[in-house]
Amino acid sequence: MELKHLNEYRDRDICRKIVEKIRVAARKEIRLMEVCGTHTMSISRNGIQGLLPKTITLLSGPGCPVCVTAQGEIDGFIKLSKMEGVITTTFGDLLRVPASESSLERERAEGADVRIVYSAFDSLEIAENNPGNEVVFLGIGFETTAPTIAAAIIEAEKRGLKNFSVVSANKLVPPVLDVLMKDKRLKLHGLICPGHVSVIIGAQAYIPLAEKYHIPCVVAGFEPADILQAIHMLVNQIQKGESSVEIAYRRGVTFEGNNRAKDVMDKVFETCDADWRGIGLIPQSGLRLREQFLSFDAEKKFDLSIKETKEPDGCACGDILIGVKSPTECPLFGKTCTTTHPIGPCMVSTEGTCAAYYKYH
Amino acid sequence: MKKDKILLDHGSGGGISHKLITEFFLAHFNNPILAELDDSAVFTVAEQTLAFSTDSYTVDPIFFPGGDIGELAVNGTVNDLAMRGAKPLYLSTGFIIEEGFALADLERILKSMKRSAKEAHVLIVTGDTKVVPRGAVDKIFINTSGIGIIPEGVNISGKNARPGDKIILSGYIADHGMTVLTHRAGMDFASSLQSDTAPLNDMVAEMIATSSQIHTLRDPTRGGVGTSLNEIALQSGIKIKLHEDAIPLRDEVNGACELLGIDPLYAANEGKLLACVGPDDAEVVLRVIRANRYGQDASIIGEILAESTGSGSGRGRVFMKTAIGGTRIIDMLAGEQLPRIC
Amino acid sequence: MCLAVPMKVLHVEEMTADVDIGGIKKRVRLDIIEPKPVTGDYVIVHAGFAIHIIDEKEAKITLGYLKEVLACGTETSQ
Repeated sequence: MELKHLNEYRDRDICRKIVEKIRVAARKEIRLMEVCGTHTMSISRNGIQGLLPKTITLLSGPGCPVCVTAQGEIDGFIKLSKMEGVITTTFGDLLRVPASESSLERERAEGADVRIVYSAFDSLEIAENNPGNEVVFLGIGFETTAPTIAAAIIEAEKRGLKNFSVVSANKLVPPVLDVLMKDKRLKLHGLICPGHVSVIIGAQAYIPLAEKYHIPCVVAGFEPADILQAIHMLVNQIQKGESSVEIAYRRGVTFEGNNRAKDVMDKVFETCDADWRGIGLIPQSGLRLREQFLSFDAEKKFDLSIKETKEPDGCACGDILIGVKSPTECPLFGKTCTTTHPIGPCMVSTEGTCAAYYKYH
Repeated sequence: MKKDKILLDHGSGGGISHKLITEFFLAHFNNPILAELDDSAVFTVAEQTLAFSTDSYTVDPIFFPGGDIGELAVNGTVNDLAMRGAKPLYLSTGFIIEEGFALADLERILKSMKRSAKEAHVLIVTGDTKVVPRGAVDKIFINTSGIGIIPEGVNISGKNARPGDKIILSGYIADHGMTVLTHRAGMDFASSLQSDTAPLNDMVAEMIATSSQIHTLRDPTRGGVGTSLNEIALQSGIKIKLHEDAIPLRDEVNGACELLGIDPLYAANEGKLLACVGPDDAEVVLRVIRANRYGQDASIIGEILAESTGSGSGRGRVFMKTAIGGTRIIDMLAGEQLPRIC
Repeated sequence: MCLAVPMKVLHVEEMTADVDIGGIKKRVRLDIIEPKPVTGDYVIVHAGFAIHIIDEKEAKITLGYLKEVLACGTETSQ
């Protein structure tokens, strides 16, 4: 039978048996972090935490690009969307994120031309079809998304598009993991590493982390059996006192990664310091356009001076993003901050830790 | 909320819509009939119990595989009436048309309304047309209102679901929502997805003729099955347990949902109903639904449990046993679901 | 953090491929994948780009392993 690489990993019997294996192996208290927001979603949507033995705690990490986009950056996006003749294009995820005063959704209600696209490439078409407008793509995402934005910029250059530019708020995963591991409050025993970021950067990217902090790292896919298998592999490593990098998602991830994507990303972007919402400045954790592509840099083109701004009072998103607090420990959670009226970014994003907790727990 | 403005989310059919209705419309118009907040108002005129309902239709695109805005406008109101057990009789219709709209398109819409009305055995007996300047509406908006009679002894309402009831869903979920979404400008998907828009009044009549244990009916349109079940749970003061395995979902719809990051439980249906039926009659009602051309893929997807004490917040009223055996809460949809990549 | 889905390749052109999931078809870009996929491959698609050709051999090994876990699991649970 042909594999479709989806439902095979949603099999109840397979999942139940892996859970049994985990149960047998997990004898002591184990704290694992799923770094990636899509993992958080899958864990919640499938009810995985409830299947695991009580000894295993899953913490959610900073792997939701919407959640870690600094408020100052969102303010910049909003400033852009209000400019005369500007069409802002964005992934649907970003539309509702509240900035200091507003959100893109609110600006759209006020008349701003904000369009949801499925791909950065779709913005090129919009630019070509609207030669009298400036089209700005709001580039958020990690290493999975950054190459797609880089490819769109290369194509824009090839097509000679002068009315297309990008705000690069892209961020990198390994530097933030390094910051997390330094946090003494976390006491993690293992990392469930992001699957699709690792498609690009390869599992090798976690080797320095595993060596420096003696932490087991397993790259996981997104179906329930993938995640359970990764947890099983982590538990095994922890029991044996090992700390190596393994892949539980071998059909998608190699140690080396996708070199072509890395080259494209490297051609367009260079690393820079970046501000993470709730975490702060992390050296060399962001991507900015290289000099050759500066004409596509919306920040320069529209003179957006992106400033850091304060988090909403009482919002614990910063601590929640790095797994120090769980959503229920935030004084706003479920009271003033809900999916209907989100205050912090973790509640806005579909894959935000708070939204996932609120919706599924 | 006063200084705030209306956002698209206020029309999503989810929690934000619900808040708008209760805090604004109900606050100003409150009366015992409206306060039921069911699909149709039910009242008695000269000893005849009537159901009365209205709905406005705005859809982008206006023509889509499986139907168009005209068919939706007729079926939607027919179904809202049927969800109270009514036999729909007469519809009114109001058109708001943008200047420059092609007459050929209008005629196409009218023809499909005529066809749908014929199938649902209703007459469109009064109407109104307004034309507004370009840009004041997007192409064409249609309102329909409908009146139906409720047979004696029939008492179907969102507040009548009882512990022990089985929940029947009349077929595949999310067909309409995903068809429309994948045909929006800029999405560029090719598929044979089709809207499920259909009149359900015959199905309902057959169900009522078979069983007196039909407590609640609802058509899970905007906000989807997840939101409709939350409304029922809230109105009836009960809890609902669902079985993910039992919920019919087409491969194609699932594919579109995977691709766009959308939960099919919150995507719209336009030709499906949810029925809460006493346990003794559930199987026979299921057979009746399956015998109808719009219910061949019906399934029992869950059951109603007694409400445990103290869950006043309304959250956690609906939960689901997941396909792998875990448990997940099904909340109301908060705002419109957007395609996402993260 | 990054929604991506396995899709079957139906047709390949120079910089694009037509792919399918459950009957939903979409044209995706091939700018950031090398070697290029061929018809019949499954690729992981993110934001309109194919980013990886799914390794069928590894998928079979993983599923085989999971079923082995299944077999062993039955013994331990007895």
